[in-house]
Amino acid sequence: MSATTLFFISSGIFLGWSLGANHAANVFGTAVMSKMVRYRVAAIVAGIFVTLGAVFGGAGTTQTINQLGAVNALAGSFTVALAVGVAVAWMTYLKLPVSTSQAIVGGIIGWNLFTGSPTDTNAIVKIVSTWVTSPLLAAFFAFVLFLLLERTLKRARIHLLEIDAYTRAGLLIVGALASFALGANNIANVMGLFVPASPFHDVTLGHGLTFSGTQQLFLIGGLAIAIGIYTYGQQVMVTVGSDLYRITPLSGLVVVLAESIVLFLFSSQTLEALLLRLHLPTIPLVPLSSTQAVIGAVVGVGMAKQGRPVNLRVLGKIAAGWVIAPLAALLMTFISLFFVQNVFEQRVIAAQPAAAPLVATAAAPAGLSGPFFAP
Amino acid sequence: MALLFKNTKLVELQIDEYLDQIVQGGLVFKEGVRFYLEGRSEEFETHLALLREMENKADTLRRNIESQLYLRTLIPESRGDVLGLLESADKVLNIITDTLLEFSVEIPSLPTEVHQQFLDLVDYAINCSEHTVGGIRAYFRNLAAVRDHINKVQLYRRETNRMAETIKRTIFRRRMALSRKIHVRYFSYHVERIAEQADDVCDRLAIAAIKKYE
Repeated sequence: MSATTLFFISSGIFLGWSLGANHAANVFGTAVMSKMVRYRVAAIVAGIFVTLGAVFGGAGTTQTINQLGAVNALAGSFTVALAVGVAVAWMTYLKLPVSTSQAIVGGIIGWNLFTGSPTDTNAIVKIVSTWVTSPLLAAFFAFVLFLLLERTLKRARIHLLEIDAYTRAGLLIVGALASFALGANNIANVMGLFVPASPFHDVTLGHGLTFSGTQQLFLIGGLAIAIGIYTYGQQVMVTVGSDLYRITPLSGLVVVLAESIVLFLFSSQTLEALLLRLHLPTIPLVPLSSTQAVIGAVVGVGMAKQGRPVNLRVLGKIAAGWVIAPLAALLMTFISLFFVQNVFEQRVIAAQPAAAPLVATAAAPAGLSGPFFAP
Repeated sequence: MALLFKNTKLVELQIDEYLDQIVQGGLVFKEGVRFYLEGRSEEFETHLALLREMENKADTLRRNIESQLYLRTLIPESRGDVLGLLESADKVLNIITDTLLEFSVEIPSLPTEVHQQFLDLVDYAINCSEHTVGGIRAYFRNLAAVRDHINKVQLYRRETNRMAETIKRTIFRRRMALSRKIHVRYFSYHVERIAEQADDVCDRLAIAAIKKYE
């Protein structure tokens, strides 16, 4: 991989770092803030499983993100990812759990507008519909799970200290699952943009195992997310873990479980294949906002508990971040593309855009597109 | 993971053992007072020594539990409440031990006609401490049962106060030296304090249980 390619991918790495810094809170925020799991342990577990999820389960949602708009030149991918990364980092600095999924949609639409490429309305409807359904589903799962757990505990009469130990173990296990689901679902936001212009080739590892170019790309993205979690994830955890609603360790467990179920539903290709075999309607494979899912789950637990109400002021602040982030990403992408194309004289769109939207597959396109890489 | 559950079990056992000391302390106290009233001084002193030993053991257990809860950051949400409960329950055992010690030191002369009343008074007060311990155990395993124990503590506390009043009325209507009357009153007041402290623990317990329900 050349230095130039690495430079272009660096914006994806930055976006991955931003995602990690911002989204660690969705996975381990409640566990860390309720002092059930140490931040260091949470960051290591999340980092490992996010990377695994990205490499082994990230292909499904990438297809959808590329249907929205196939950013087919590396300089274009770089600019979009950078603009989105800056928007997410800014929100992280403001301690707002922002949605990277929404920001990336803003970024791609910004690229489409700048390059005059069509925006696939079906894909955008599919994505936007999940912005409504995912928090609702998460709230529903959290509500049901919390009531079930509460009833079970009342009947089982387990000692408070044992509940504490089970909850601690549960938070770690569910946190690891949620990290895997986060990596699988959200890697499309980080590296999906680079898939149509991926510089990596498939590597055969022996025993029939192939490490595809896309997986190599996703490994880099996954590691970037892991580093983001480890270096800056603690900031947003305060907002999710304590400001919005005072989460107890047990309700924290329910929140993360509900979130990971929703993320799994919207990213599992296995589940999709199973539903197809059973002739049932499939769930769209869309990169979801784990932030929305977690906030939905927190509200669901709040409803089940009927005690202290959710802090509506903080909820409003978070929701405002969800609107601001895609708009900011769209605007920043548009302006950045203008500069990259006209000041730095880089091609932000391939000379001949693909007629049909590109679809990410295991095999990455051979070579780099665009005249920038021409000798 | 196995280590995590092993530590949890250890603390759980220590808490149970600590609460056992309070219950057994109450029973030893009851026996001790009975021996005192029957004039069996040797047995009384043996029981006092046993009670002091129990109090020391309970103190050691409480300190161990406290440090375990902090060092291993166990039950972070309820730790403050649990420590508060264990510390205030420790005061119940302290008062029980101090009261029996006062019998040994001051050797109060209790008229025979209040002996049975005094035994009843002790019985009610110790019932209070037993149900307080029951309430604390329920807090750990079965929150719904906490309320029943608290109600029983309140009932026995009222009975303790009523019995103490009866003793005082009996004593102060009797022809005997005022100093002796005041001395008997002082001892009934001491036994009453056991029930009062148990009631204070239950107030904490009620709040802790409400917080768990939140």
